[in-house]
Amino acid sequence: EDKADMEKLDLRMKVIQHKILVMSGKGGVGKSTVSSLLALGLAEMGFKVGILDVDICGPSIPKLLNCENGSIVNKPWGWVPVTGTNNILVMSIAFITGTKETPVIWRGPRKTNMIVRFLKDTYWGKLDYLVIDTPPGTSDEHLSAVKSLSSSSSFYSLMVTTPQDLSISTVLRQINFCSKLKLPLLGIIHNMDGYACPCCGEICEIFEHGMCDKELEKLNVKSLGKIPIDPQICLNGDNGTSIFKDHPNSPLTTSFKQILQQITTLVKS
Amino acid sequence: MSENLVEPPPEHCPGTQSEQAGNSSACQGCPNQKICSSGQLKQVDPDIEIIKTRLSVVSHKILVLSGKGGVGKSTVSSQLAFYLQKQGHEVGLMDIDICGPSIPKIMGMEGEQLHQTSLGWEPVYVEDNLAVVSIGFLLNEPNQAIIWRGPKKNTMIKQFLKDVYWNKLDYLVIDTPPGTSDEHLSIVQYLKQTQPEGAIIVTTPQEISLLDVRKEITFCKKVGLPVLGVIENMSIFICPKCKTETKIFPPTTGGAIKMCQEMEVPYLGSIPLDPLIARSCDQGKCYVTEFPNSLASQAYNKIFKDLINKIQPQDPKSQ
Repeated sequence: EDKADMEKLDLRMKVIQHKILVMSGKGGVGKSTVSSLLALGLAEMGFKVGILDVDICGPSIPKLLNCENGSIVNKPWGWVPVTGTNNILVMSIAFITGTKETPVIWRGPRKTNMIVRFLKDTYWGKLDYLVIDTPPGTSDEHLSAVKSLSSSSSFYSLMVTTPQDLSISTVLRQINFCSKLKLPLLGIIHNMDGYACPCCGEICEIFEHGMCDKELEKLNVKSLGKIPIDPQICLNGDNGTSIFKDHPNSPLTTSFKQILQQITTLVKS
Repeated sequence: MSENLVEPPPEHCPGTQSEQAGNSSACQGCPNQKICSSGQLKQVDPDIEIIKTRLSVVSHKILVLSGKGGVGKSTVSSQLAFYLQKQGHEVGLMDIDICGPSIPKIMGMEGEQLHQTSLGWEPVYVEDNLAVVSIGFLLNEPNQAIIWRGPKKNTMIKQFLKDVYWNKLDYLVIDTPPGTSDEHLSIVQYLKQTQPEGAIIVTTPQEISLLDVRKEITFCKKVGLPVLGVIENMSIFICPKCKTETKIFPPTTGGAIKMCQEMEVPYLGSIPLDPLIARSCDQGKCYVTEFPNSLASQAYNKIFKDLINKIQPQDPKSQ
């Protein structure tokens, strides 16, 4: 039965050109924000994009892409994903469980089952990109997603960090995880790097750079770019709208567009 | 215990240790039915008794929880531990974030090791009256990835509770990872017999964080863990140059105060965003000691004072 499942999963993944797993060891550094920006930006560039949220206990993607009230339709050809902002196809546990207050209190094996089902049963159809948003850590969710996709082509990971040592040191562990599982790493996005006071313009490092920057340099991992702190991104997130449409020229969107350029070039090479 | 199951419990499982286990209508056809109806899961885990004895020297156990990551659980845990230590209490700090431990770094104890003694594992001492336990103290090198699935994490947490030798403790603060999964279920299950004081919930003001935190509060209610209150972290930022206040994480749905009203849990207070907090954590220093007059330090002190008064109203040390 396992083999049949894997064959089905492989068949689904074959028609998806690039798969990007967004990771970070630490929580709250912006994995879901980066995942949604990545999806929104790629969609804006004309690509067909899907996003799979494997954060089972704390799903954020439906909120960020304004499709919180969506529900999954079961069709003969699979689970039909929900359509969010910019026509991005979204699959998340939030579409299955009850109200927004209901917790999903599941242990590892059950989460694994769910993730394999998401990958095997979701009818994405043909996609240019599938972005996979993960919870913090290196545990069940990550192992399940990576192992299920291990035979897929063009499957990459992408790291998100804040400048603090506390965050970078978990990223160092995460890089270790990727090399152990032979998952190629596209690069690192440095999030929440500096904040410009809206009143006086003073740039303040809310999360200061520390000693770990050097260790990261030693590892020769590509830096894809820096994103500043911008309260606007939280507002867009809470409303589920695209910051690319609302603020196309803000420092945040400008730097993210450069990141997108790099990613689209990297996956092709 | 659920490690004995053949498959994860299905959607309508009545609970593998419940009275109806194996016999309810939802159990028909479930691959676990035989195990559940045999009653072997209903047996009391003998380790629970050992944990109870081990923790009988601990007066108050406080969990720090949040559905969302990066809102400041570990920072709040460490500041609370420092606060209690400075009040003269005997304090333990246990980090059950197995895949992403930050406590060793925050406490300035990175690279330290737990030692095995005849009495059990000896925690790492930051001060004479402040001892810390974390998986970070069991690694050969700090950047080693801990790639563990649920059951292995549960075993580790059980071992922390069972095998660590604490001297007499007034408080044990337990720092958790984000979510409502293995670590949370296990710690609650293992501590049930020891009457934990309850949980402090940490959040940031924006809706995307409150979304996960509401779930965590429901989790506490479901498992019967009292919510001591909610701390709103990173509520405002004050520019160091022009002193203008900005809301970096805007409370679009009314922030923690409104959520506390809706969920009927106590609101403990807010802590402003201060870059020096992150710096202190990176350097392993106590922020409140380093910057005693800052707004955030004052907020921390007030919140913790109120909290401890609530837990232990007649304690002469806290007056």
